[in-house]
Amino acid sequence: MYKIITKREIAPNIISLEVAAPLIAKRVKPGQFIILLVDERGERIPVTIADYNRENGRIRIIFQVVGKTTAQLSQMNEGDELFALVGPLGNPSEIDNYGTVVTVGGGTGIASVYPITRELKEAGNRVISIIGAKTRDLIIMEDEIRKASTELLVTTDDGSYARKGFVTEILDEVLQKEKDVKKVWAIGPAPMMKAASEVTKPHGIETIVSLNAIMVDGTGMCGSCRVTVNGETKFVCVDGPEFNGHLVDWPEFMNRLARYEKMEKHSFEAYRKVCGEENG
Amino acid sequence: MAEMIPTPERMKRSQRPMPEQDPKKRVCNFDEVPLGYTTEDAIYEAQRCLQCKPAPCVEGCPAEIHIPQFILKIVEEGFASAYLEILKTNSLPTMCGRVCPQEEQCQRACVYNKMGKPISIGRLERFVSDWARKHDTKEKLPDSKKKSKLVAVVGSGPAGLTCAADLAKMGYDVTIFEALHKTGGVLTYGIPEFRLPKKIVGYEVDKIKDLGVKIVTDFVVGLTKGVDELAGEFDAIFLANGAGAPQFMHIPGENLNDVYSANEFLTRSNLMKAYKFPEFDTPIKAGKKVVVIGGGNVAMDAARTALRLGAKDVHVVYRRTKEEAPARAEEIAHAEEEGIVFDFLTLPVRILGDEKGNVTGMECIKMRLGEPDESGRRRPLPIEGSNFVMQVDMVICAIGTAANPIVARSATSVQTNKRGYFIVDEKTRATSREGIFAGGDITRGSATVISAIGDGKKAARAIDRYLSSGGSLRKSKK
Ligand SMILES: Cc1cc2nc3c(=O)[nH]c(=O)nc-3n(C[C@H](O)[C@H](O)[C@H](O)COP(=O)(O)OP(=O)(O)OC[C@H]3O[C@@H](n4cnc5c(N)ncnc54)[C@H](O)[C@@H]3O)c2cc1C
Ligand SMILES: Cc1cc2nc3c(=O)[nH]c(=O)nc-3n(C[C@H](O)[C@H](O)[C@H](O)COP(=O)(O)OP(=O)(O)OC[C@H]3O[C@@H](n4cnc5c(N)ncnc54)[C@H](O)[C@@H]3O)c2cc1C
Ligand code: SF4
Ligand code: FES
Repeated sequence: MYKIITKREIAPNIISLEVAAPLIAKRVKPGQFIILLVDERGERIPVTIADYNRENGRIRIIFQVVGKTTAQLSQMNEGDELFALVGPLGNPSEIDNYGTVVTVGGGTGIASVYPITRELKEAGNRVISIIGAKTRDLIIMEDEIRKASTELLVTTDDGSYARKGFVTEILDEVLQKEKDVKKVWAIGPAPMMKAASEVTKPHGIETIVSLNAIMVDGTGMCGSCRVTVNGETKFVCVDGPEFNGHLVDWPEFMNRLARYEKMEKHSFEAYRKVCGEENG
Repeated sequence: MAEMIPTPERMKRSQRPMPEQDPKKRVCNFDEVPLGYTTEDAIYEAQRCLQCKPAPCVEGCPAEIHIPQFILKIVEEGFASAYLEILKTNSLPTMCGRVCPQEEQCQRACVYNKMGKPISIGRLERFVSDWARKHDTKEKLPDSKKKSKLVAVVGSGPAGLTCAADLAKMGYDVTIFEALHKTGGVLTYGIPEFRLPKKIVGYEVDKIKDLGVKIVTDFVVGLTKGVDELAGEFDAIFLANGAGAPQFMHIPGENLNDVYSANEFLTRSNLMKAYKFPEFDTPIKAGKKVVVIGGGNVAMDAARTALRLGAKDVHVVYRRTKEEAPARAEEIAHAEEEGIVFDFLTLPVRILGDEKGNVTGMECIKMRLGEPDESGRRRPLPIEGSNFVMQVDMVICAIGTAANPIVARSATSVQTNKRGYFIVDEKTRATSREGIFAGGDITRGSATVISAIGDGKKAARAIDRYLSSGGSLRKSKK
């Protein structure tokens, strides 16, 4: 049903898949995500739709191997079929002609920020993009983002490529220089999104983050993904995934991301052991 | 072959009890608790039936089951034809036999009820359908002539499945759209294995597929496609998307790590089979001291699941008393037998936790009953200064669900009430837009399997009338 058409490892442990999903490809807008299941015993995991082609009915997802499900997914090949795939879920990003905007992507967040960046530029914005990763090998989609934005700035934490430093440091510099930034999108690991929100707050610039909460159904039926925003409980899957970063209760959000840490580790280790035995 | 027995002797017999798994053993497994009647039990119970004409029990059954007729066939040991008799009107007998509140439906109407020993219609229904499944009976209803009109059903819970099955029996071409990767609605994701084994749900859904019903899973109506788009492709639509959005109490601490909605807890366990982690990948926490908030079937299911996941101590707190608790008496009794402690007249006010988000306790206040409220039940009132803290490490909130707006948002001119439920004509389940019908929890709020089935039947009949009189949604204008 949901056939993998192409598979590419675009960086160590970061994989790009094109999957046949015509109904989703037809409707999706930047900012939305899918939920997939690798097999019948699997977990439902959310992944952002990084790109889509309405003509050939394909969507593209980019993920990093961080645990059992993503490891299993990385073992699948072109021609294989996913057990389930549902979407497009969540609300699209609010794209408008704001003037000057900044999009920031960290790690696999780069994939999430890509379609938003492209759409913002198409809407007439001057888009400054900042992307960053731990090290040179982990910078993904550089050419695509460069094409999709007006100006691109790249950083690595260890300085192995382009500027040394965190994306948030560059963001700070950009905001010092550019006096007319209307809106910022910052997508990546939770600590990065929190830090980016702290950088923009003194400037009073609205900052949109995309929360990677732990989900089950992804349609508002369980509440696993809940988060406090401006003192109110919201469900990331149906009220988000994008929220105003200045209003998110970050400590609570980060605690909830670690809810199943021990069990996840256990499951990943058990899987690696079995796979290791099979392969070696 | 067994026979009917003389009336005076029938009247002397008492209800045959249901054999059950021992409470001490069953808290350690997820196997079904009631074991089901043996053939001997079933015949004994069936022989009690007075074969009333007209039969009042049928009046109490929204699925319109031919009750005395199928019971008579049990007496005659024609179990396959008893099954067929039920199947004529009810496509989900194995489920109804297990989870319907018969004590408020057919059995309440049974003439024996005045004597306090109604015929165990539900247990007999379960017996017959289990027999059919175990013997893989090939008995089928006669095929009807195929019709060309297309009907879309949104949601594969009991309302959607029933409507689809009834329409397929009439010959319509029916497609069900389901958001999740599995069918069955609450029967699959909500009600636990020990009350409703999932392979039985699967069996019954397969039977409905055999009628020709197509099921498309992983399809969220409102996101994958809207109702308005479906309206351009189908001749009629039945909306049966349930009322699955969990509600919370809005008290401090509710988003701590180990605070679950019953929906999340049960979905992880039932739909995703987290109770079999790591064999299945979805994790679930097993608290040591668990408290469940609420007094309905959902609260009982959550509490009994927590126990089976290994909790040492499970409490249920409910703000009114046992008498007002909406759960079936049988479910409360099962929970009590398993060692679950009930704290009635207790209201949570705050959940306490540490800086990592772990739950460390729950503060409650004692209640007393005051004057009756709009629902006729006495209103619970807090007793000033009676606050106390329960030492718990996990909280499950089972205080009800609400309408999820995703479907309604995509359905132009289908009216909802202020709580988001579709407004329908009680008899035909017709919404404000011609050609679109609705039933089940999304029209009533959280209700019962049998009321959902009843709605599905009524809608199927109304859809048939609409289509046979030339109606067609896709050919009509908005
Ligand atoms: C809206 C959204 C969009 C996302 N987009 C992407 C993306 O484009 N690329 C990408 O690499 N990752 C993305 N993620 C994160 C991705 O879902 C997780 O990496 C994945 O679930 C990990 O599963 P695992 O079994 O491999 O790892 P696990 O070992 O199970 O978990 C590793 C970490 O992933 C998170 N996680 C685990 N289970 C879930 C779950 N069911 N739902 C959400 N998070 C979970 C937890 O924080 C956990 O600490 C997104 C998450 C959300 C909510
Ligand atoms: C834990 C629990 C225990 C219960 N115990 C009992 C009991 O013992 N006896 C009893 O009679 N009742 C019980 N109930 C209530 C009963 O299950 C419900 O009243 C009944 O299932 C309602 O049926 P439905 O068909 O209206 O909806 P549901 O069963 O809720 O099914 C709706 C279906 O629609 C799907 N859906 C939702 N949105 C969309 C969308 N946008 N697109 C496509 N599909 C969608 C859902 O995934 C679901 O599969 C219980 C409920 C729960 C939660
Ligand atoms: S009312 Fe009771 S005794 Fe009479 S037909 Fe129905 S089940 Fe039998
Ligand atoms: S993932 Fe279940 S409500 Fe959001």
